[in-house]
Amino acid sequence: MIIVITVLLTVVLIGAAVVVFTRRPARQAVTLGSYGVLLSVLFVAVQAPDVALSQLAVGTAVVPLMVMLAVRKISALRRSGREDR
Amino acid sequence: MSRRVRMILLVVGLLGAVTVLAVGVSGLPAFGGHHHPYRDLAVAASLRHATANVVSAVNFDQRALDTFGEETILVASVAGVAALLRPVRRERRRRRPDVPVMDSTRLLTAVFFPVTLLIGIDVMAHGAITPGGGFQGGVVLATGIHLLYVGGRYRLLERMRPLPLFEITEAAGLVIFIAIGAAGLAVAGHVFTNILPQGQLGRLISSGTVVLLSGAVGMAVVSSVVILLAGFLDQALALEEVPDTDQDSDGAEEAAR
Repeated sequence: MIIVITVLLTVVLIGAAVVVFTRRPARQAVTLGSYGVLLSVLFVAVQAPDVALSQLAVGTAVVPLMVMLAVRKISALRRSGREDR
Repeated sequence: MSRRVRMILLVVGLLGAVTVLAVGVSGLPAFGGHHHPYRDLAVAASLRHATANVVSAVNFDQRALDTFGEETILVASVAGVAALLRPVRRERRRRRPDVPVMDSTRLLTAVFFPVTLLIGIDVMAHGAITPGGGFQGGVVLATGIHLLYVGGRYRLLERMRPLPLFEITEAAGLVIFIAIGAAGLAVAGHVFTNILPQGQLGRLISSGTVVLLSGAVGMAVVSSVVILLAGFLDQALALEEVPDTDQDSDGAEEAAR
């Protein structure tokens, strides 16, 4: 068990680094969603299925969706701003 | 406050936090060991009230007041976001052209929409027995409804989530939670006492107030997430910036010159 947890912790660490070093917000929403899946697998491995469910629902669905919608709104604002000038 | 004072405050705060953390962590049982004083107490307490899912028992029975605080934070923050996302004077609603969606996406949406809703209801209803509960099931349900948007059925989504209704159920979820807590105070003398008969361990209707409190949280969470996403969707898809009305007068002035 300890090996599984060690491997998962390492993978989660790498995933977190990937999220942090992804610069474009639209791509970051995607990496954040994948990172959320990794994190919920780790939670299942340490016998916390309740937390894993919450993480899966919030971290991989709701938060990336909100980021994507915000990115879309901001790019629409920028486009209309450019047309005005 | 000058930069120097702020840095001193920061260092003092960090040192304090690190000290408290170090003392706390050094007192913890080792990772993966067999000595779990908190587990022994929590599991026994949850079995006494016939709640098979100990996490739900902790959340809705042993520390229901904390959960009430968390639920209030969620509802309050959604109210704040809704206020920020409301249409302002310089925005107007546009008719959204229907975006073509791939047939495979349509098919997947048609398959997964009912499945996700069923899973959401299942997770919410069985919160006292199996992993899950009002919060998790509520988020799954609310996200499931938004699969319609992925499948290109934005109009149908708008019809399926009448926002005035969800604003009422959001508040109702909070009120029901308070009412159950107050009932415990009235009957047994303590807020959030588990006053209902708890039934048999592992049955769908067991665990007394845990099921009801979990349902109340689920109601508030579904409504909160729907309202939240509706605000974001509205901003991203339906509202557009109207060019400043001042510009016309500016143009007229320039023309006059």
